[in-house]
Amino acid sequence: MAAVTGLEQPLVTASPRTARPRAWRAVVLLLAGLYFLVPLGASLWYTIYTPTMGVSFEAYGELLTAEGFASSLALSLGLGLATIALVLLLTLPAMLAVRLSAPRLRPVMEVLCTLPLVVPPITFVAGLGTSLRTGAEVLAPTPFWATLIAVQDPAFPIVLVLAYVVLVLPFVYRSLDAGLRTMDVRTLVEAARNLGASWPHVLLRVVVPNLRSALASASFLTLALVFGEFTVARLLGYQPFAVWIVTISGSRGQVSVAVSILSLLLIWLLLLAVSSAFGREKK
Amino acid sequence: MTSKVEFRDLRRIFGKTVALDGLDLTIEPGEFVALLGPSGCGKTTALRCVAGFERPDSGAVLVDGKDITDVPANKRDAGMVFQSYSLFPNLNARDNVAFGLRVRRVPVAVRRAKADELLELVGLPAHADRFPHQLSGGQQQRVALARALALEPRVLLLDEPLSALDAKVRVALREEIRRLQLDLGITTIFVTHDQEEALSIADRVAVLRDGRLEQVGAPAEVYDRPATPFVAEFVGTMNHLAGRVSGTGSVTVLGRTLPIDGPAPADSDVDVLIRPEAVQVTPAEDGAAEVLVASFRGASVRLRLALEGGEVLADVPGHEAVRLTPGTRVTVRLVERPVLVAPRTVTVPVPVIEPADAV
Repeated sequence: MAAVTGLEQPLVTASPRTARPRAWRAVVLLLAGLYFLVPLGASLWYTIYTPTMGVSFEAYGELLTAEGFASSLALSLGLGLATIALVLLLTLPAMLAVRLSAPRLRPVMEVLCTLPLVVPPITFVAGLGTSLRTGAEVLAPTPFWATLIAVQDPAFPIVLVLAYVVLVLPFVYRSLDAGLRTMDVRTLVEAARNLGASWPHVLLRVVVPNLRSALASASFLTLALVFGEFTVARLLGYQPFAVWIVTISGSRGQVSVAVSILSLLLIWLLLLAVSSAFGREKK
Repeated sequence: MTSKVEFRDLRRIFGKTVALDGLDLTIEPGEFVALLGPSGCGKTTALRCVAGFERPDSGAVLVDGKDITDVPANKRDAGMVFQSYSLFPNLNARDNVAFGLRVRRVPVAVRRAKADELLELVGLPAHADRFPHQLSGGQQQRVALARALALEPRVLLLDEPLSALDAKVRVALREEIRRLQLDLGITTIFVTHDQEEALSIADRVAVLRDGRLEQVGAPAEVYDRPATPFVAEFVGTMNHLAGRVSGTGSVTVLGRTLPIDGPAPADSDVDVLIRPEAVQVTPAEDGAAEVLVASFRGASVRLRLALEGGEVLADVPGHEAVRLTPGTRVTVRLVERPVLVAPRTVTVPVPVIEPADAV
């Protein structure tokens, strides 16, 4: 996805006028369309049609009224938004600082941010569980303990947000890095500083507006990942959307497929919302 | 609005490279000073110390006698134009110019009016609604100039603002910068590696080398009376001709005896420094020299002449090109005027010319 942000511009500008590339484009579009749409259409048909009863939307009705639909969806959405906010607040200033004042640390940061990609989720959760147990023992006698207990909320697991921040780090880093590469960060920051802008002003009025598409793609990826994440949430015993889907669909074929289609549609709508939120101020 | 800028014993070291090595320079109010030198001589670092992007390891930068070394960049009163295009891509020309005013919470109507006025000043009244990617390089630098002037700074800092532009735009814009600077009377520091640029617009030229000031003076003075061999080489082109000190205060070179500018060295074998335009060339059947290469430059022709034992460069008016084609035998005469001498060198820096033995 990081590569997609970098490719956006050339794709828009390159427009060969010859006939052959156009024919090729149509072929590629057709193939890609078939690849994506045929399974989707088949699944949809499977959920609404039964030879004995004909066309019926019963599976969907059953799903929407099932217990836990709204709460698990809200939890996933909340987790996604919190993760986006936290990961952007964490990475953007850090990446800018590294770029501007410690360029030599860039490879270190890159490796650190890519690390979650190579650690299997199951290992990650096992490590997380161990850390939580050890952490409890170590932190119990400290004065922070009461605060730590106070911020725990079974309805909104902060530990999941922290885990997701780590998991999405590689994707967010890649997107932002691609975005920062397209602009001369140092000169723009210095120009703004020279015109009297404070650091927060530089960040909000100069860096963020020019990084919109990168921020949007980082948010996309985060949201998609949080919505689809199963392992960590399941093993830590929470029930966000992905876990709920697996629980509810169980052994009923039609319902489980209906759930997949519904979640696909939902995520698609959410991504559309994110992209329009970022694209709003763009001319 | 105009201010005096002082560099006091400025020192800045990056790892192993010494960017500034005790730079001392005072720029008077309203003066246009060009910092000239090869890349890596510390000229940009000096400018960035004034802007606040670079902190000197020791020494101080003073504006109107006040030490601003510890003032953060966004609290300094200096407008800067950068070498690379630095306009904010998400803002149109007017909003770019008004950026600083917006930071200072100037009302919308006032900053719009001010921005339009400045765009008119830099000759782009009709481009206010264009975005940077819709402007040419020269137009972008004009907008950047307007943006730097919008806050009416006490000092204008120009960091090679013309180096990314093509030749014609470069000349036009540099003259415009000078005109604006004279109109506004703003103290200006202009960093460049292009000696022609520096000589043509500055009140004073400061030549830097390895973080030290080699010479500072009016353009004509720096050109005609370079204080060091480095300045002589860097500003314009110099012939190094072997000469011999003859008598008191004169030197014999290419068969002529010319007065020495400055004290005569102890050693009688010297290099005589001669500008190409001080070499006169006339075609002659039995001339001692021969034209090797003639490169036509429009107004002038640069000739590379083969002399007995070496080569010499000469600049002659462009219309003489037809008479002085390669292979022509010529006689060479030096213009009668005081010349600079330097200790005899074997290796000669730019331009690479073998010292010609005296005839």
